[in-house]
Amino acid sequence: MIPLATVIDSFIGAFDFIFHQRDAVTGGDVQVGGLAYIWPFARTQLEVSAVALGGALAVGLPIGLVLGHIGKGEYFAVGFGNAGRAVPEIAVVFLLAALIGIGLGNVALALGILGLPPILTNTFVAMRQVDRTAVEAADGMGMRPWEVITRVELPLAAPTIMAGVRTAAINIFATATIASFVGLSTLGDFITNRSVYGDDGVVAGAIVIAVLAGLIELALAGVQRLVTPRGVKLQRAVRSA
Amino acid sequence: MIPLAASSPEAADAANRCAPGLPESFCHQHEVTGCVGGNGLFCFDWAADNFDRYVGPFLRHLEIVAISVVAGFVIALGLALLSHRHRALVPPVLGATGILYTIPSIAFFFLLLPITGFGLATAVIPLSAYTLQIIYRNTIAGLANVPAEAKDAGRGMGMTERQLLWRVELPLATPEVVAGLRIAIVSTVAIATLAFLAGAGGLGQVLYEQLDFKTNIIMVGVLTIGMALVLDLIVVLAQRSVMPWRRAAR
Repeated sequence: MIPLATVIDSFIGAFDFIFHQRDAVTGGDVQVGGLAYIWPFARTQLEVSAVALGGALAVGLPIGLVLGHIGKGEYFAVGFGNAGRAVPEIAVVFLLAALIGIGLGNVALALGILGLPPILTNTFVAMRQVDRTAVEAADGMGMRPWEVITRVELPLAAPTIMAGVRTAAINIFATATIASFVGLSTLGDFITNRSVYGDDGVVAGAIVIAVLAGLIELALAGVQRLVTPRGVKLQRAVRSA
Repeated sequence: MIPLAASSPEAADAANRCAPGLPESFCHQHEVTGCVGGNGLFCFDWAADNFDRYVGPFLRHLEIVAISVVAGFVIALGLALLSHRHRALVPPVLGATGILYTIPSIAFFFLLLPITGFGLATAVIPLSAYTLQIIYRNTIAGLANVPAEAKDAGRGMGMTERQLLWRVELPLATPEVVAGLRIAIVSTVAIATLAFLAGAGGLGQVLYEQLDFKTNIIMVGVLTIGMALVLDLIVVLAQRSVMPWRRAAR
């Protein structure tokens, strides 16, 4: 067991790295650490995650909405999500790097593939859970199919879809850390380059990644609350009362 | 200070080329022709010849998964039984396990390194922490969905609360508990490929040793997914043999 004082020292050192500049372990007048130094790495990780999530949404959402609306392809949509869980992220990232090369776009493609299953599955399941009587009422009012999707089913399905988006976003952001193995300077750089940043840099990187993941989760939870229709909230309140 | 990460990828790569003590096969191939030299998509001959190098890491991977899932299952089930008695515990436990679930695995490993050091514990703690949320949530839902008639019948037969829990409620909640367990197992197998970052080895270690060799990447991917599928199948078959009445109902 490692003595408590050493543990506390590690974390004090890590916070010092986050907030203050210092000489790199490798020396040579190189300054590392401090928020201004860490920010570009965080921005790259956020950027590549945003592109990947956008791509996964652009592909998964329409497919899930259409399949869910017509009620076909359950085996595909749900099985895809279950199979997706078994795929090791690191293998996908490395395989795509070996196949199509490195760079922000290619890493975003790998991350987007990883974000697709939860979005597709949740969208499909959410659409199937929409009250059939609401859909029949919309049909009876003479709405066109895409009006039924966008004005009735999508709002009612929005909370469950957002739950899938949250899972995908956290997955993508977490995996973007690995992108530093394939040459993209994300926050993973601090973890993989102990020879430059020292032990303090490694723990500091881990802290920043965990904090940002928490903030993303909080922000998306807020979005989920915003997109939940008032009627659904009221219904839930009545049910739980 | 204790040593933390392995080192830079460049350093690891250089070390792989001709590190003393590593088996010959771990060094990079220098031939420029043929499937291996040309880094083809999947070199069957190489994979067949070098299959033995995956056996050790595969078993280690299995060990990491087994310890993590069993530990997570015991803790989650205990928490669920406790909060079945004391309903006020449900929101705080869900909140706490939810926060654990949000911490990215790599960050979790490296946050634990200063506390637990390089090794198995540092890998197992995050992996079991991730299983808590799903198993706990499913167990709570399963216990809540037990029909009141079944419980009344049990009470009418003179069962105590403890007998009711073990002989009526838990058996009826088993499908939901097993559903949670299956998700936990499959995702733990996948995430455990990162356990090498915590110094615990596993299939991720072999992947990392030659991370630009496609055959190696695909082998690790296939072995990982295969392990997840087989373990999942074992749980399904075990559930069927333990709960023959579910099969009869279909």
